[in-house]
Amino acid sequence: MTRFQKKLWMGLLIMTLLTPLGILLPQKFKAEEAWGEWGTDKLEKLLGYVPEGLKRWAGLWKAPIPDYNFGGEGASLTLQIFSYVVSGLLGIGICAFVAYMISRFMARHGK
Amino acid sequence: MHIPDGYLSPQTYLPLYGVSIGFWAIAQRKLKKQLSLKHVPYLAMAAAFSFVIMMFNIPIPGGTTGHAVGAAIIAILLGPWTAVLAVSVVLMIQALLFGDGGITALGANCFNMAVVMPFVSYGIFKLVKGKTPGGSRIVAAAFLAGYLGLVVAALFTAFEFGIQPLIAAGANGRPLYAPYPLSVALPAMVLEHLFLFGVVEGLVTMLLLKYFLKHEPDLVYAVLDASPNR
Repeated sequence: MTRFQKKLWMGLLIMTLLTPLGILLPQKFKAEEAWGEWGTDKLEKLLGYVPEGLKRWAGLWKAPIPDYNFGGEGASLTLQIFSYVVSGLLGIGICAFVAYMISRFMARHGK
Repeated sequence: MHIPDGYLSPQTYLPLYGVSIGFWAIAQRKLKKQLSLKHVPYLAMAAAFSFVIMMFNIPIPGGTTGHAVGAAIIAILLGPWTAVLAVSVVLMIQALLFGDGGITALGANCFNMAVVMPFVSYGIFKLVKGKTPGGSRIVAAAFLAGYLGLVVAALFTAFEFGIQPLIAAGANGRPLYAPYPLSVALPAMVLEHLFLFGVVEGLVTMLLLKYFLKHEPDLVYAVLDASPNR
């Protein structure tokens, strides 16, 4: 790894440690989920009903770490922040690894 | 901008899977021909970067949240086809591991954020930059590339949401999938990206491009792109 690449990785790590801002700021400004990404409970509140098809498919996939939070919905803020950073570290590691393997397989010398 | 499962009808998500698979196939062919080994570590970092920047949810006070995607700077630094690959990998991992974006909607999400966005951003960057080698015009080009890239991606996403009530309704006349019509979805999503999230994407793109031009100018694809064998 070149010195420049090491520096970039340091930057990525620092960014990952700062990701809790991505939960703290929305909380401070009373902002909720992104538009169109509501869960079925929230839709029930917004519309008074949950669209049939949406209800059928919403639970299709059980992700191992839903919402980057392994404490579930009632998790304390500390646990949420901790989960978020760990998810961030896992995420950048796995994304980099998968992207590396795929591109390593396609790349050639001397181009 | 990550559409969850259940919001899109099969009439929407299946064709969009098809389109994304088509782009992945072309990306694979192009990269097999063009991708140099020295770019591989950067491609890995690009994916990591896109993943982490999407974790920074930006609030609209009392409203919704949104985030930058990072696809614009990846397209400018490593080329739009590389960005297709890097951002698609990220979206797949977000969906599978963190439930961020649906499995059925993965094709749509990849189309919006990993296909539309890098190509719009790249096109705008080249267009605004023109033939200038550097200076303030290139900085403006980078800002606009990020800004408009994200806004257009939001526009496509809002369109996909907004056509659902037209496509499918239950026996009682209620929408079956995403409930809000175009007249609600378009302004809601496009305005928040025009006024806030797009600006953030623009600034991130601009600052990172300045950094790379200063420290590793040989890496910047969109500036070197003139040579035919790239």
